Order: sequence, then structure tokens, then C-alpha cells
Amino acid sequence: MRDVYVLGVGMIKFGRYPDKDVPELAAEAALLALKDAGMTMKDIQLLASGNLFQSNAMVGQRILQQIGQTGIPVINVANACATGSTAFREAYFAVGSGEYDVAMAIGSEQMGKAGLLGGGNAAREGSVEGILGSGLMPAVFGQAGVEHMRKYGTKAEHFAKVSVKNHKHSTKNPLSQYQVEVSLEDVMKARMVAYPNTLYMCCPTGDGAAAAIVVSEAVMKRFSNKPVKVGCSVLTSDPWTERDLTLPDVSTLTRSAAKQAYERAGVGPADLDLVELHDCFATAELLHYENLGLCKDGEAARGVDEGWFAHGGKTPVNVSGGLLSKGHPLGATGVANIYEVVTHLRGQAGARQVEGAKVGLAHVIGLGSACTIHILTA
Amino acid sequence: MAEAAAATSEKKVRPIVPFLRLGDRPHLVGKKCRSCGAVYIGNRVACSKCSTAGAFSEIPLSTKGSLWVYSIVHQSAPGIPTPYVAAIVDLPEGVSVRCNVIDVEPDPAKIPFGMPVEMITKKVREDKDGNDVIAFFFRPVSKN
Repeated sequence: MRDVYVLGVGMIKFGRYPDKDVPELAAEAALLALKDAGMTMKDIQLLASGNLFQSNAMVGQRILQQIGQTGIPVINVANACATGSTAFREAYFAVGSGEYDVAMAIGSEQMGKAGLLGGGNAAREGSVEGILGSGLMPAVFGQAGVEHMRKYGTKAEHFAKVSVKNHKHSTKNPLSQYQVEVSLEDVMKARMVAYPNTLYMCCPTGDGAAAAIVVSEAVMKRFSNKPVKVGCSVLTSDPWTERDLTLPDVSTLTRSAAKQAYERAGVGPADLDLVELHDCFATAELLHYENLGLCKDGEAARGVDEGWFAHGGKTPVNVSGGLLSKGHPLGATGVANIYEVVTHLRGQAGARQVEGAKVGLAHVIGLGSACTIHILTA
Repeated sequence: MAEAAAATSEKKVRPIVPFLRLGDRPHLVGKKCRSCGAVYIGNRVACSKCSTAGAFSEIPLSTKGSLWVYSIVHQSAPGIPTPYVAAIVDLPEGVSVRCNVIDVEPDPAKIPFGMPVEMITKKVREDKDGNDVIAFFFRPVSKN
């Protein structure tokens, strides 16, 4: 594998776009990335398109019908919530292998207001949902949080504080779906969805798109953008663990990805200037502090209390606002995380800039399960 | 089956999932890998722990277990009554089962980790042919 660089990134504000369709949203993000890179579609040699809800509908080709049918190879990717980051990984390998010099990854999704509760299908004839426990995301990630409570005595307030932090971060991100501060009391008293996660501890549904252009070193040198190197691209699936088949084990999945990522990138958790991790629920973020080695096992609650992961703390996590407030249009999320890290490594993140950021990590989980980690360096 | 065929007009009962066995002593069944001993609920083509193909024995699972973790679901898909306690219960055979825990208040202060639980069965609905659909639940083991 040769070195791969991110030359251009683009992202539209996450939110609700009932008057547009998926290829239009994705095309807007693609054009932003092309402009950022200083390229046109004629420069792009391969497209990896990540979209989940329309995974059988050739989204990548439909995007090219909006912005330029140049006949390049298109890979349509679906990998649960890791869809966008897996598309980015495909673009990374296309260039890293030496076959292509310029590849684009686009993540897109249009969820409307359906999504995590299964769009109403869960109560259909023959379903066991709500009778034999729950396989829906709120309960699954509720249980994962309760497991941390059981192991370490973590309190519901600790998870709630994660939501307070990420909502506060999002007030400085103009691309965030929500940009509203919430107090600890607001979060704790909000409607309970699945204990211990209240409404503000669950990511919203929404629409969005993000794009990234990756290039070889030789191409990078021809452009004036500050180089951001892809230090590693890791993808894992869930290994067999004791209860993985009844309670998806997002921790072991992330730990094995993190171990590989740190080895391949030649950095450790202490070297990270910022982390964008998969806070689909507030409970998940707290678990991943430990899973990614940002603190020791059992220390996450203390880290939350002491502000280790807030902007200005020792390892700022989700300064974008995270999935909890920036939003989580499923297929877009993995590329949006890359956008965020690249923006900081270039020093272009404005009011939310992590000063002097040189190393950033983007982590995504797809339940079922898949985990991606990309470490980027300036 | 002959009995069932003779009484087609009579209401039948059927389990909500194939791994629930009804009769006098309702219980769950598991598939145990003959190579590594891993136990599964539901079928495996090969063992997902050790990859040995096809070597499974069906074993009855205990109707008693202990509560590993839970969530209390207050908001679900349309048509699903809430709140309910969605739980993971560990069985002594070394397998866990996803289930509802009933006969407990939906209050975290009243749901201790490790609580001993036992399985019961109940009718949950009728299928389109009018048969009773029976599901399993776990509840705290009574102290008497």
C-alpha cells in the first residue's frame, strides 16, 4: 500500500430536506468536495457511494447522473451505520493499491422522520419485538449502558452529561442539525426512550450528505491544500463473544479495531488531538472512551465528571456535536466524521477549532456489526 | 400430528419461535457444538465460535437463569405496549437469551443485577388461522 491523502472534503448541513432526493443531496456534497480540492468530475477516477436505505437503488450512478457521467467505476456500499466510512475505505484502497490516483467517497442518507424504531414494521404479524425483549437500537444501546453501570457503578447522570457536552459543542458547528445547548436537568427530565437514554441521549433522524476526495502523494503535491494523510483504515466485524448474539458486543468490536489502528498508524491514544466517535446514543460514547483507550477501563465516568473529553479537555471528543446533535443520517455519518477531522487538521474549523490539531481519529459502528477506524494526520 | 389432523376445527397452540417447546414442561432448546461446547439459541450452519461445521446436539435449556442486563423501553414502534423491561438473561448452559422480564416494576431501583429469574409461557396473540401463539417470559423467582 502506498500513502493516501485527503485532498478535498465537503458536507451539507444535516437536517430535513423533504423537497430534495438522495442524489441531489449527495451531489451538493460532492460539488463542495470538488471545489475544496480544486478539481472537477473529470479528475475523479472512481466513486464509492455509501447509502443504506436505498442500498439496492444504484445511488452512486444516480449521483453521477446529477454531476457528470464520466463512465468511471462506481461501488455502492452498505454496511449499516458504518456505510459511509466503509465507502471511504474503498476509495482509500483504490488509491492505496496504486490502481487509481484520485477517488471520491460520498455518504448520503434521507431518513425523514423514520429510522431507529424500524419505520413501524416492528409490530407486524410474526414479530417478536417487545415480546421477546427488544432488538431495536434504543433498547440495545440502553442495555449496553446498563452493562457499564453493572460493571463499574456508572450512573445515568454520567451518560446524560455526554449529551450535555455534545449539544454544547454543536452550538459552534453551523453544519449541525441542532445547535442548541441543553442542561443536565433538561436531559435527565426529557422523555425516557429506553433506560437510561432519554430523548436527548438518542441521536435524531435526518437527511444529509458528505464527500471526501482521496489522492496519491504525487497528486497531492500538485495542489495547494494542506496535506492530510490517512494513517490507517481499519474495518472489523464482531468476533464471537459470550453474549454477542443477544446483546451486540460493540466494545470488543471497537477494541480490536482500535488495537489494529494504533499499530498501523504508529500512534497511541495519548497522541490524539481530537476524536469523532460513534455516539448514536449517549451510553455508546461513554463506552467508547474506554474501548478506544482514551481512558482506562472503569474511568470513563470520572473522565466525564472532570471534562476530559470536552473541548479544551485532554482528548476532545465529538467537537462537531456528535451524532447526538450534529445528526446521524446513517450513510452520511462515516464521511462526515472524516470531514470534521480533516477540517481541524487543516486549521479551518472556525469557532470550534481544536488548536494545533495534528492527529485525529474517526470511529464508526454499524450494528450487526461493523466497526471502522480511520486515523488522519496533518 | 395425527391428533391435530383429526381435530382441524379445534384451536391449536403454537410457539412464537421454533426454539420454544410447549407441552407439560415448557422450555427452550439450544444447539450445542460437539467440538467446543458453545451453545446457541437458533440454528447455526457451523459453530460461530470454532467454525466446526454441522456438529450440534440439541439440548434442553434450564427454565431458571439470572438477569444480566436490561433496559426499560418507554418508546417503541407503533402497536407495541410500553413500558416493558427488555432483558438479557443468562442460562446455566452458557447461553444468554433476549426476553422480557415481567412481574417487576419498570423502575431501575427495583431490578437488581443477577436477580434469579424463571421462565413462564403465556398466550400473546392469535395467528391468522386462529391458533393461540404462545411466548415465553422470565419473572423473578418467587421466594416461597
